Amino acid sequence: MNKIENGFQNGKALITFVTGGDPDLETTERLIYKMQEGGADVIEIGIPFSDPIAEGSVIQKANERALKGGCTTDKLLEKIEKMKENVHVPLVFLTYFNSIYTYGVEKFMSKCVKSGIAGLIVPDLPYEEQGEILPICEQNGLCLISLIAPTSKERIQKIVKRAKGFLYCVSSLGVTGVRKEISTDVKSLGKIVKDLSSLPCAVGFGISTPKQGREMAEIFDGIIVGSSIVDRIEKYGKESEQPVYEYVKSMKEAIRNISH
Amino acid sequence: MKGRFDGFGGQYIPETLMNAVKEVEEAYEYYKEEAEFKKEWNYLLKNYAGRPSLLYKAEKMTKDLGGAHIYLKREDLNHTGSHKINNVLGQVLLAKRMGKKRIIAETGAGQHGVATATAAALMNMECEIFMGKEDTKRQALNVFRMELLGAKVHPVKTGTMTLKDAVNETMREWTRRVEDTFYVIGSVMGPHPFPMIVRDFQKIISKEIKEQMIERCGSLPDTVIACVGGGSNAMGAFYEFIENKEVELIGCEAAGLGIDSKKNAATIANGREGVFHGMKSFFCQDGYGQIAPVYSISPGLDYPGIGPEHAMLYKRGRAKYVPVTDKEAVEAFEYLAKTEGIIPAIESAHALAYAMKIAPKMKKEKKIVVNLSGRGDKDVASIARYKGVEIYE
Repeated sequence: MNKIENGFQNGKALITFVTGGDPDLETTERLIYKMQEGGADVIEIGIPFSDPIAEGSVIQKANERALKGGCTTDKLLEKIEKMKENVHVPLVFLTYFNSIYTYGVEKFMSKCVKSGIAGLIVPDLPYEEQGEILPICEQNGLCLISLIAPTSKERIQKIVKRAKGFLYCVSSLGVTGVRKEISTDVKSLGKIVKDLSSLPCAVGFGISTPKQGREMAEIFDGIIVGSSIVDRIEKYGKESEQPVYEYVKSMKEAIRNISH
Repeated sequence: MKGRFDGFGGQYIPETLMNAVKEVEEAYEYYKEEAEFKKEWNYLLKNYAGRPSLLYKAEKMTKDLGGAHIYLKREDLNHTGSHKINNVLGQVLLAKRMGKKRIIAETGAGQHGVATATAAALMNMECEIFMGKEDTKRQALNVFRMELLGAKVHPVKTGTMTLKDAVNETMREWTRRVEDTFYVIGSVMGPHPFPMIVRDFQKIISKEIKEQMIERCGSLPDTVIACVGGGSNAMGAFYEFIENKEVELIGCEAAGLGIDSKKNAATIANGREGVFHGMKSFFCQDGYGQIAPVYSISPGLDYPGIGPEHAMLYKRGRAKYVPVTDKEAVEAFEYLAKTEGIIPAIESAHALAYAMKIAPKMKKEKKIVVNLSGRGDKDVASIARYKGVEIYE
């Protein structure tokens, strides 16, 4: 397993996202290699879910395509396990809690470890509910990534105390998706979080252009891009690896050489 | 544990919403004890919604079925035509006290949407309703009704385009505009504190049934029957009887074309434990936790989950849940219209159908209360379609 912390050793980190099995698992495999080659430092893989309530329309459609293509949690886990030797960046799953719960929490975690997954992002498992899986994550050496929202306020303190891996700061209200501009005062959110925690702190939701990426990387230790990659997958389907590679490369270029 | 019904319930929602639900919980805990708030809610229930609702003894039906006495709790006679108004008046009043300017809500059949739009009009709130596109077609009149009341209706085009997708989209909208917006959840579902709040605002149904039965018959009913989608009318009709162990509580789920077919919404019969829409409960889903596309002729029961307190009552064996098919419900719908001159909501007809099934086998001194949760005007066109009758408006 490639530890999540390793993803933050190469200057500002670029965290990229892909929905597993969109439009099929072979494309996902090629995309993961290409994103790695383009400079992704951590790769987030979404386990497709029928009702992803934290996602905007772009990633919702990716979930639908993946499910339609027959992707299941088992098939995705198998695929990733087979790719293990070729992947040197840390991989994390983005999954809704029901996928873990119905699979069986312990069985799910041990399969994650076997596939080389380093951490989990569970958008519908806030601090109060994490206790249900936290001990099992820890036994398996998996990081449960904590999210911090612009509305978290006094909750930030307790969230960072327990957090592992990196902190996922949500740049704006609402669901995932490309935004023309990020209107929330994300700068001050970044400052508050960084004052309270020594963990790397990445920001996501709404980041798509290299310019936005650069602005965000001046404040945060890493940036997370999802919808703008998935947009390209929607457009180019099985031929999306080159456009995705070029996009990832341009984003990594944009945040290279930003000092801490 | 707070917000839990045994192990069910909880707050499985995005971090962005956590302070918002906490704020709702704190406001509710405060206002539910405040004399002024209670006074205003009770005033509206009495003078605006028309409570208490009647408990009507269905004499002809009782005689015809030849068994237990059948009483109908007439929630259909409330303003806006269903039990939904009880909850909505409470929640919109709460939103107003919290200083919120804007109300959002999901709706399936349109009953909760109409009730919410009504309360929002009454209390000067901006109102937006999310409704599955499929349901906007099945219940076109209710869409126009909401618009007449000043609400904006958003047809939801994702997923199965029914109630569950409407809930998804309303939750997404809440994360977009959480600061000035209050999400009026329509059933005993969602993250804590909503299952508790909605149950508290609906439990007046069982409180009244209890008083009315004691006044009328000098005793409690033997059986209380209600239909269950998310389960708010059933929770309302059951709650005050939970401690009276001798009262049998029966929830009727939508079995659509049959529980063995793929087209049903019978959560207890076919579902398994899971976590969705902010709560741990039972859901119709596949082995990987993908939420199943459910079906019922009744858009109000067309939901793949059930409220967490029902999950608890089921697990404890305190209430039982039975499937009722489209066909049985339509027969009951027509039966009540012809026998008692009452057109029930197709949702409520599921409860009636089960009462018709068990009443003849029960002793004559037994008493059943059926919660007639809504009126059936909204269903007339779809029943005509079901029967292949063409009508022109």
